Amino acid sequence: MANTSVYGITGYGGYIPRLRMQRAAIAAAHKWMAPSLKSLAKGHRAFCSWDEDSVTMAVEASRDALDNRDRAGIGKLYLSSTTMPFADLQHSAIVAGALNLSSACQTLDLGSTQRAGTSALMAALQNGGSDALLIASEQPKGKPGSIQEIGYGAGAAAFTLGSQNVIASLLGAASRTSFFVDHFRASDSDYNYVWEERWIRDEGYMKLVPDAVKAALKDAKVSAADISHFIMPSPMKGLADAVAKKLGVAAESVSDNLEENCGNTGSAHGLLMLAKVLEQATPGQIILVVGFGQGCDALVFQVTEAISKFKPRRGVSGALADAQVHDAYLRMLSYEGNIDLEWGMRAEKTVKTALTEQYRSSNQLASFMAGKCRCCQTLQFPQMPYCVNPECNASSENFDQVSLVDVPNSVLTYTADWLSYHPAPPLYVGFVQFENGARLLMETVEVGAAGLDVGTPLKVVFRIKDIDTTRGYPRYFWKTTPIEA
Amino acid sequence: MAKGIKDKVAILGMGCSQFGERWDKGTSELLAEAFDEALKDAGIERKEIEAAWYGSCMDAVNVGNSAIPASVALRLDSIPFSRVENMCATGTEALRGAVYAVASGAVDIALAVGAEKLKDTGYGGLPPGFKGTFNDLWMPLGSAPAGFAQLAAGYRAKHGVSKEDLKRAIAHVSWKSHENGVLSPKAHLRKKVSMEQILNAPMIAEPLGLFDCCGVSDGAAAAIVTTPEIARALGRKDMVTIKAIQLSIGSGVESSTNQWDGSHVRTTRNAAKKAYEEAGITDPRKQLSLMEVHDCFSITELVTMEDLFVSKEGRATHDVLDGFYDRTGGGVPCQVDGGLKCFGHPIGATGLRMAYEVYNQLLGRAGERQLKDPSLGLTHNLGGVPYLGIAAISILGLHS
Repeated sequence: MANTSVYGITGYGGYIPRLRMQRAAIAAAHKWMAPSLKSLAKGHRAFCSWDEDSVTMAVEASRDALDNRDRAGIGKLYLSSTTMPFADLQHSAIVAGALNLSSACQTLDLGSTQRAGTSALMAALQNGGSDALLIASEQPKGKPGSIQEIGYGAGAAAFTLGSQNVIASLLGAASRTSFFVDHFRASDSDYNYVWEERWIRDEGYMKLVPDAVKAALKDAKVSAADISHFIMPSPMKGLADAVAKKLGVAAESVSDNLEENCGNTGSAHGLLMLAKVLEQATPGQIILVVGFGQGCDALVFQVTEAISKFKPRRGVSGALADAQVHDAYLRMLSYEGNIDLEWGMRAEKTVKTALTEQYRSSNQLASFMAGKCRCCQTLQFPQMPYCVNPECNASSENFDQVSLVDVPNSVLTYTADWLSYHPAPPLYVGFVQFENGARLLMETVEVGAAGLDVGTPLKVVFRIKDIDTTRGYPRYFWKTTPIEA
Repeated sequence: MAKGIKDKVAILGMGCSQFGERWDKGTSELLAEAFDEALKDAGIERKEIEAAWYGSCMDAVNVGNSAIPASVALRLDSIPFSRVENMCATGTEALRGAVYAVASGAVDIALAVGAEKLKDTGYGGLPPGFKGTFNDLWMPLGSAPAGFAQLAAGYRAKHGVSKEDLKRAIAHVSWKSHENGVLSPKAHLRKKVSMEQILNAPMIAEPLGLFDCCGVSDGAAAAIVTTPEIARALGRKDMVTIKAIQLSIGSGVESSTNQWDGSHVRTTRNAAKKAYEEAGITDPRKQLSLMEVHDCFSITELVTMEDLFVSKEGRATHDVLDGFYDRTGGGVPCQVDGGLKCFGHPIGATGLRMAYEVYNQLLGRAGERQLKDPSLGLTHNLGGVPYLGIAAISILGLHS
C-alpha cells in the first residue's frame, strides 16, 4: 500500500431525479410493437423533469458533495457528460456560477464518450494541484420503444479532490484505447445507434475490460482478489458478474448497478456507482472503477481512515429513496421531448433572454444572492437601487450579499395554476418565506400527493427557468420543492 | 396639504359599448361606439374637446401603441392626446388624466376613453405579459388567477377560515354578480348561475374555479368631463361630480419584506384612506350608496370589502354570506351591473365602465337595476397582482 497518492478524493455526492417511471408502464405502452420489452419491465427508471438537465443535475450533485463546506479553495471544476444542452457554451461555467465558486476557478467540460467520467477523474487525479470539483452528469435519451429507453436513467455524481482529508486515494490506473464502436450518436442526433448486444459483450467488455483492469491492478500492486468493490456499469444484465469472474474478483464484490430504481446513467454511471459505494466503504478497502467506451479506463482506489469523517448532504442513497413513482408514460415522453403535445397558444410566449441583462444580474440569478441592507438589516430579493423597507430606502450600493440557496424556507402563499402554460401542470406558484427574513415569489416543483399548505417546508433547487425553443436557449434559475413529497 | 379635486370636475357625458365577444368590431369601432354615446350625452361637438387620454393595456390586441391610432379612430385632430397604461387600473388612469387636466384649469373639456379587444388573442384568459429583461429571468410564470388565488391561502391562514367556508363565500360573490348581470343589457354574460354550478366548476387556480374568474371580453367606455360651472352653463341640472381619485402603487414591500401576511391588498387600503379623505367620507359602510369593485376573481372582491373598510377585518365572509353586498340586501350593493364577472374585463375600458354604472345610477338612469336614491358611489381597480400592483379608487357623487 505504499503507492498512496497524496492527491485524492476528499468528498462525494450524487443526484438522481425524484421522478421515476414504472418500467412496466413503458413496456405496456409498447406491447403492440415490442412485446419483448416485458422481460425488462421490472422496477423503475429515473427521468428528468422538463426543467432538469445535465447542468441542473450537476449542480445538485455538487451541492450534495459540498453541503455547506467552504468553496473558496476550489481552483478547478471538471464537468463530464455527453448530454449537455449546448454544443458551444461552457456548461461548467454555468455550474460554477450556481455553486458560487470563485471566478479564479478553472473550468473544463469533457464529453464525447461513455468513459468521459472515468477519464476526467483519472486525468484530474493524475494532474493534482489545487482543490477541484469533478462532476459527471448524464441524461441519456432512448428512442421510444427501444431497449435503451427502458434501461436508461438519469443522474449525476460529484467529487471533491484535494490533498487534505483524502478519503479514497488512487493506487493505480490504466487506460486502453480501442476503436470499438458498440454505439454512436451523431452530434445532431438525439439517440444512440446501437450494435448487437452479444458482440458488444463478447468482443468488447469481455476482452477490453480485463486487459485494462489487469494493467491497473499491476500499476496499483494489488490483486483481483483484493478488490472489495467492483464497479463496472454496463448495459447488459449479468455482464459485470461475468467480467468479475473472468478477472478473479469475488462475486460478492460486484457493486449494485442501480438498475432497480434508477437505470443506467450513461457516462455518469460509473462515478454515480462510486459515490454510492463510498457511502458504505470502510478504511483499507480497494475499489475498482471501470469506464468503457472506445477502450477502457480502470481506476484502483483505496479507502482511508478519513472516510468516517465525511458525509454527503444526503448521498446517492438519499436521492434513490426520494422517489415519486409515475405510471403515465406520456409524461416521460413529453419531458424528454419525444412527443410534441398541443400546449395551446399560451405556450407561444416569447422567452428570448437579454444576454446583457443575464450578465449584469448574474450575482442574483446564478448565485441567488439576496441583498442585506447595512442600515436596517432587511434581506431582499430582487435587489433594486434602494432598500425595499419604506422606513429605510437606503442605497443598495453597499448591500451585503447573502445566498438564499441553503436557507430554510416554507410556503407563505400558494396556488395551483391550471391556466398558465406549464410543461408539468399545474404550475405551483406562491410566496416563499425564508427563515432569514427574505421572501419572494417562486415556482414550486414536484409537489406530491400531499400538496402544499401555508407553512409547508421547502428547499431550493437549481432548475431550468424557461426554454427558448426558437433559439434553443435554456435559462436557469432557482425554484423550490417540498422537502418531503 | 393639497386640497384635492372634490367637486372641481363634473361628468358631462358618458358612453359604454356593448361588452362581449365583439367579433363584428375592431378596437377603433369599439372606441367610436363609446365615444358617440358620450358625445351625445354631453351634448357637445367633437371639436369642443381640448385634451384626451386613451387607456389601453395590450398593444398586441389593440390598435397599437401611443395615442395616434386612437386619435385617428376618433378623428380628434391636433389636440393633446396621451395613451396611458397602468395594467388593470388603465381605465381609471385615463379618467384621472382627463379629470386632473380640467381640475388644473389647463382645459375646459377633456375626454377619457379606454378600450381593450381581448377576443383577438385567440384564447381565454389574459395573454401572459413580458415582465422586462430582468424580471423575466427570475419571476415565475403565473396567470392572473394564480396571482389573486394566493389571497385565499393567506386569508384562510390569517383568519382561520376553512377551505369549504371560504369557497362558499367566494361562490356567493360570483352568484350575486350573475343575479345582477341579468338586468344589465350591455353585460357580456347575462345568465343566472346556481351555487352548485359555481362550486363544482373546473379548477383554474386553486381555490378559484371557472365561475370565480371574470371573463375575457371586448369593450370600450368613455367619459367627457368639464367644470361644474361649464356643465351648468351647458344646461346640466342633475350633476355627477368627482369626489376623489386616488392611486396607490406598491414598491415591493409586500413581495420582499415581512410586512404583509398574504391576506389582504395593502395598496387598496392605502388608496381607500386617501380617497375617503379627499371625498370627506368618514364611514364608508354607511355613506356609500354603491360600489363597483375589481372583482377580477371572487376572492379579490371578498378581501376588497375589508380593504375598503366596509367589512371589518375577518368579517367579509360573514357579510358576503349575509347578503350585505347583494342588490337588495340592505347593505352597500356591490357590482349592481354584474361587475367584471358579467361584463368581462377589457382592461383599458373597465375603470370607465365602472364609472359609467355609478354615473347612471346616480342620475337614476339604470333601468331595471336602478337603486333607490343613491348619492355616492365608489369604483375600484386593481392592476397587477395583490402583492405588487396598483389600486385605483374613484368616488363619484351627486353635486350638492
